[in-house]
Amino acid sequence: MKLLGWVYLALGYAFVFLPVVVLVVFSFQDGRLPVPPFQGFSLQWYEKILSDSGLMTALWHSALVAFISSGLALLMGFLAAHALARVRLPGSVLMRGLLIAPMTVSYLIIALGLLTTFNQTGVKLSLITAGIGHVVINLPLCFAIAFAAMGDHQKNAERAARDLGASEVQVLWHISAPMLAPALAAAFFLSVTFSWDEFIIAFLLTRFEVTLPVEIWSMLRSGLSPATNAVGSLVFLVSISMVFLLEIFLFRRVK
Amino acid sequence: MSIASAERKLGWGLLAPALLWTAAFFVVPFLAMLALSFAHMEGRAIVSGFDPGNYIRAFTDWSQLKALINSVEITVTVTVISVVLAWPLAAIIAWQVPARFQRLALLMAVLPFWTSYVVRSYSWLLVLGKNGVINKALMGIGVISEPLALASTRTATVIGFVHFFVMLLTLTIYANLIQLSPNYARAAQDLGASRWATFVHVILPLTLPGVITGAFVTFVLCIGDYITPQILGGNTELTLPQLIMLQMGRSGNFPMASALSVVLMGVVTVAYAACSRWLRLDRL
Repeated sequence: MKLLGWVYLALGYAFVFLPVVVLVVFSFQDGRLPVPPFQGFSLQWYEKILSDSGLMTALWHSALVAFISSGLALLMGFLAAHALARVRLPGSVLMRGLLIAPMTVSYLIIALGLLTTFNQTGVKLSLITAGIGHVVINLPLCFAIAFAAMGDHQKNAERAARDLGASEVQVLWHISAPMLAPALAAAFFLSVTFSWDEFIIAFLLTRFEVTLPVEIWSMLRSGLSPATNAVGSLVFLVSISMVFLLEIFLFRRVK
Repeated sequence: MSIASAERKLGWGLLAPALLWTAAFFVVPFLAMLALSFAHMEGRAIVSGFDPGNYIRAFTDWSQLKALINSVEITVTVTVISVVLAWPLAAIIAWQVPARFQRLALLMAVLPFWTSYVVRSYSWLLVLGKNGVINKALMGIGVISEPLALASTRTATVIGFVHFFVMLLTLTIYANLIQLSPNYARAAQDLGASRWATFVHVILPLTLPGVITGAFVTFVLCIGDYITPQILGGNTELTLPQLIMLQMGRSGNFPMASALSVVLMGVVTVAYAACSRWLRLDRL
């Protein structure tokens, strides 16, 4: 029974890792096609993509959109969570529902709705319109994480600060935010990874300036190429570095 | 001004940005799309009005209806296979892997989650394609002489999806299993239940909320996804999101695309109603 478990675990890992391993191995292919046989080790495709200005611009756009939209989503989500956790307002259940609602709607539909609205109001598509879409999808996430992290123990600390004469802004800045720091950081980085990797909203809501997933999408049109493997491997490297950093600096301390 | 009303004012002030943003960029666009779904095309011009024609077409025109059926079939298949594969994986990590390695085991099991979504689908092409790893390997050991047509099929789409959702479900099911006290199983066995009976009547029902929540998220993400079927399934069997993109792109038929989107939301709502009893979306 135990042995069966280990075998299943090994097979599970094999399935999960198979495409990634193939992706990374053939990014070093010394040839024109990223499929077997492996013709030798070469870094030419990495050189090619690192000197591809279109790709590097798209990378920069992605980072810009991801950090700014996540920052906005986090700020608004945190303030809203604070308000709903602290003040009794009429209809608060309804408002919580409204703030969470975008989570249950497909990105494609959110993108189509925004595209319709922007078309009708004559707003030009750009990185800003894509960023607006990314705030819409990440706001519910940031709100939900911040809201779930707020507990009694923190409310007491806030009350104490208020009794000692702190203004609401001071309470938010010196008490609530630091006490929630791990949750807020997790929400922020989760948002960044979602926005960074998001395709359909960025695809439909940008025009001349595009983000990295959209640029990769257009690379796919020309068929299989080790260059695409190289881009994918680099994105993977960046993402897992972020995950491990989060794991080491954030979640270790919480325990 | 009383303290209560000052508090309330402050509360509204803090809520306002998030509420206004959601209203302006989620509620209003949704209503605009809903209105547009009742418009129709005359030539290349959109004529607004109250015309249910798009919805009638979505359910009576075979090429449109087929996409809905394909989407539902693929999504249900993917959800079932993913749950069946992920449950044992989560259980092994929760029960068999030593406690101090569990976090690492889990992190490893979901590592490819962090590659770019577009690239992950693409990398399955390298595995399943005509000259891909699987065909080359099978031909190398002489099992087959001609490459199998794996890419650009429904099977490829399903494999690509299952790969993604096994990772997601392993996480949610693990989170559920780890909270289960071993005392439940002990109690059942003390009362004479066999190991199988304990599993079926005690453990499985207790993990149902986690499983259903994960399955619902899988359903929602899967049925709304454009990338995986477009890259791996090709254009032979369209799914609903592919059809929506086609309507928008090729023919500029935004009213039809909107109507199909509303249908897509309708399917998700039905799925939500079907499993709302067990859903704990607030605990995700």
